[in-house]
Amino acid sequence: MDTVSFPWLPSAASTTAADVDALFNFILFAGLAFFLIVTAGVIAFVLRHRRRGKAGLTYGKDHSLALEITWTVIPVILIVIVFVWGFKGYMRMNVVPHGALEIKVTAQKWFWTFDHPDGANAVNELVVPVGKPVKLLMSSADVIHSFFVPNFRVKMDVLPNRYTVTWFEATAEGVYPLYCAEYCGKGHSEMLAAVRVVSDSSYQAWLNANSVMGAGLTLEQYGAQLYTTKACVTCHSLDGTAKDGPSFKGRFGTEILLSDGSRLLMDENYMRESILDPRAKMANGFQPVMPTFQGILKDRQIDALIAYIKSLNQK
Amino acid sequence: MYTGPENSYLKQPRGLKSWLLTLDHKRIGVMYLTAIMFFFLVGGLLAVLMRVELSSPARDVVSAELYNRLFTLHGAIMIFMFIIPSIPAAIGNFVLPLMIGAKDVAFPRLNLASWYIYVVGSLIAVASILQGGVDTGWTFYTPYSTSTNSAVITLTFGAFVLGFSSIFTGLNFIVTIHKMRAPGMTWFKMPLMVWGLYATAIIQVLATPVLGITLVLLIFERLFGIGIFDPAMGGDPVLYQHFFWFYSHPAVYIMILPGMAIISELIATFSHKRIFGYKAIAFSSLGIALVSFLVWGHHMFTSGQSELAAMIFSFLTFLVGIPSGIKIFNWVATMYRGSISLKTPMLYAIAFLLLFTIGGLTGIFLGTLAVDVHLHDTYFIVAHFHYVMMGGTVMALLGGIHYWWPKMWGKMYNETWGRITAVLVFVGFNVAFFTQFIMGSQGMPRRYYSYPDQFAFLHEVSSVGAYILGFGFLIMVIYLIHSLYRGKPAARNPWGALTMEWEAASPPTTHNFDKDMKLEHGPYDFDRVEVEDEEMVKA
Amino acid sequence: MSSESLSTRPAHLQHHFADTYQQGDAARLGMWVFLLTEILLFGGLFCFYAIYRSWYPDMFINAHRHLNVWLGGTNTVVLITSSVTMALAIRSAQLGKRREAVYNLVATLLLAAVFLIIKYFEYEHKIHLGQLPGKFYTFQGIAGSNPHVFFSVYFLMTGLHGLHVIGGMGVIAWMIQRTRRGEFSPEYYTPLELTGLYWHLVDLIWIFLFPLLYLIG
Repeated sequence: MDTVSFPWLPSAASTTAADVDALFNFILFAGLAFFLIVTAGVIAFVLRHRRRGKAGLTYGKDHSLALEITWTVIPVILIVIVFVWGFKGYMRMNVVPHGALEIKVTAQKWFWTFDHPDGANAVNELVVPVGKPVKLLMSSADVIHSFFVPNFRVKMDVLPNRYTVTWFEATAEGVYPLYCAEYCGKGHSEMLAAVRVVSDSSYQAWLNANSVMGAGLTLEQYGAQLYTTKACVTCHSLDGTAKDGPSFKGRFGTEILLSDGSRLLMDENYMRESILDPRAKMANGFQPVMPTFQGILKDRQIDALIAYIKSLNQK
Repeated sequence: MYTGPENSYLKQPRGLKSWLLTLDHKRIGVMYLTAIMFFFLVGGLLAVLMRVELSSPARDVVSAELYNRLFTLHGAIMIFMFIIPSIPAAIGNFVLPLMIGAKDVAFPRLNLASWYIYVVGSLIAVASILQGGVDTGWTFYTPYSTSTNSAVITLTFGAFVLGFSSIFTGLNFIVTIHKMRAPGMTWFKMPLMVWGLYATAIIQVLATPVLGITLVLLIFERLFGIGIFDPAMGGDPVLYQHFFWFYSHPAVYIMILPGMAIISELIATFSHKRIFGYKAIAFSSLGIALVSFLVWGHHMFTSGQSELAAMIFSFLTFLVGIPSGIKIFNWVATMYRGSISLKTPMLYAIAFLLLFTIGGLTGIFLGTLAVDVHLHDTYFIVAHFHYVMMGGTVMALLGGIHYWWPKMWGKMYNETWGRITAVLVFVGFNVAFFTQFIMGSQGMPRRYYSYPDQFAFLHEVSSVGAYILGFGFLIMVIYLIHSLYRGKPAARNPWGALTMEWEAASPPTTHNFDKDMKLEHGPYDFDRVEVEDEEMVKA
Repeated sequence: MSSESLSTRPAHLQHHFADTYQQGDAARLGMWVFLLTEILLFGGLFCFYAIYRSWYPDMFINAHRHLNVWLGGTNTVVLITSSVTMALAIRSAQLGKRREAVYNLVATLLLAAVFLIIKYFEYEHKIHLGQLPGKFYTFQGIAGSNPHVFFSVYFLMTGLHGLHVIGGMGVIAWMIQRTRRGEFSPEYYTPLELTGLYWHLVDLIWIFLFPLLYLIG
């Protein structure tokens, strides 16, 4: 779709964006006119009526019905236009078209999970087909987050224990940043994801590839892939530096200190438990911030991650 | 420090105790001014520290946890300890009784009590730093605020206590304005400053108790898990937002109305002309105050509230914008055919006119439903409220401080440095915050510790603006304090104004006036009362 | 408005008022504004009540049956009576009957104490049964979802009201002291009048709380 792009707005890539931009620019230019009138008035009067010497008596008008009605009525008219236009646009954003592809969005500290209709899921990457309306059914596992894709002009809060809904229809293929817009704590600015808009056929291919879970890859390779796609990378480094969670480097098979003071051998069972119930046995020195991956990761994916973490010891 | 007449309120009675137990509205005003300027300094330093961190996308100067604590504390200090009490409690306390020809506010003991409550509330709030700070943002949204392990209870309890200080000031002003006016001063002969303070006081009295109860519930939620805001227990976190904004939106007008009030005085005095549309300005203050209670939902257009509610809140939001626009036109029209003097206070008034216009107009973007969806929770919001609060209220406050400085201390500040600083502050402010409008439009979310590289340049420019602004304030502190020691003695009426406070000595005596006051002319009768601008005559 | 000259200014007249009328007017207006803030403070809780009752109507009906209407009713009578004795105290002061005023104030104070004692037994019973707010709620046997919310609302509203009763008792005790010292006269009894206004508001709020909490079935 051809849209004029303005340096102050990100490129428009959804069906509702052009209307929002038109309204944005309408307000911008009407406001600019208003601002210039005020500025011109101030400058002109300062120059013309600058005090030189004694002030003396001044005889200006202190009211003028015609003037006052003018500068009340004109803004009122403009504002009614803007209000109605804005409300219509808002309704378009809130009424989901029939037959939209429904994707479940789960937000939690500090990543996004997207569940597609046929069982494929992805973390921090929302893959959608171009030119099709996509409905997002969203909820949060902890605090309030907000789903924000600037290029689509879409934003909707994501609440715990309640579903909120929004939708969009992408008009151009590409990768668009997705932000969390509601402050959600330490990792708020890291809670970044991307919307990848692809052709319909690529979308189908992506669905297939992701529902069979790493077919054609070894467990280790698949685990390495999951390490980034499932956002382990956000908190667990590979180079030994501690982030929000312990680094994976050289950790498998060692004895680790738990927060209750006891010691424990890091084996496969401990890793599995830590993925599914992270707060059961906390490693010493870390906050209990990791969410459970119960229901997000399938058994094969857990196996793959364990295989990958084990492999890190040999390198 | 002060070498003026022995019988001024600054000298009589003497001693620290006479200040700490004073019932004199002028001294209480001065004590408030000292306290709020201290917190403005602290809040400002926090802001500069944030801008240092944000000057590049790198996570280098402070940690993410510390950054979150910085912006929470910056917001809480600036809102609850600085801007809400700034004009009413500090400037208003000093000038209100003088302007209406009274000897004091109606309840001087309550007035002193509200200062102590302010100090205690501030100390409690600041004590949260010792417990490791708070990382919720100044809005304390649930369920984040009920689940984080930072010192939320201490800070919210501080804000709760501060609320009482605000309520008592408002109550005191309402009664003072109703009952203490000098004979002859009818409602429409009151200076517009008094109208503005009156409208503000109404909001303070009506809205603050609701914030009080909301914060108490939040504290109980954390302490006892009463479940009212907890979705897991049948409660609703969005309900918290409704209650919070029911106070906090009117609170925005607690912050801006007194700023508008000062601007009316400055524009009239320095244009030396009868103010244009007196009644329109007076009634628009009341109108803004009343409608402000009905617009809170515009903070929640993306929270999943019903479309009907969103439509109503959007409409009412526009409604509250109209009176502000009318005021701007009235002020500009007042300058027409006046005799304009560009003293420092007038420079701040002009800065207000331009910046507040931008602040108000950008509010239209945010009140517009479809556009707000894109801009909500981005830097556009940050820029918008800084243009309104800092470009509006703080510019008015600075104008007011310079305007009443001679009355307050009996000393003149250095006019040249005053003007230079005003320009510096204006430039620095625009560089710091106009960039944020652009970032916000491009989608930069607020409260981000780090950010994608595409925003790096604008963030860097914004940080430079903040440094210029900080530098401007530094100069201001120096020349203002210098004026207390070395400033020229101030005349009784240095600007040639017609409101009553200028009939008192500079600085006033303890009982304000040497005689019982009676209204002899209207506050803006520049077309029939000859009055000299004593500063101009001397120069 | 003429100022009373220095020699005729009564002791109770503060320096910044022109005369007694201005001072009295200001005090009364101040009190009314204060009462307005009190109404808004409670107003927040009434809103919560309305919202949660509309969300969980059946649970509210079921839960309210566990409140003791007889104790609540007695307390209503007690508070209304105390409002009457408060009004009588002011009347006595207006007529210059100091001793009568003191008796009436003492009666008000005692009735307030009776109110709190009854409230104590009600609270005690609920604490014993575990009918408590939020996560402290352990009681079984109220049908409907989230019954703890009812008790959150109940304890918050009656608790805040109770605090106002206790505060009022402090002020009344102070007024007894001042009346005994003879500070009030038919010309000046403003503090008593203001205490009365406050006490009537405390009474009035209970008159709303009682039916909303005890009588909704």
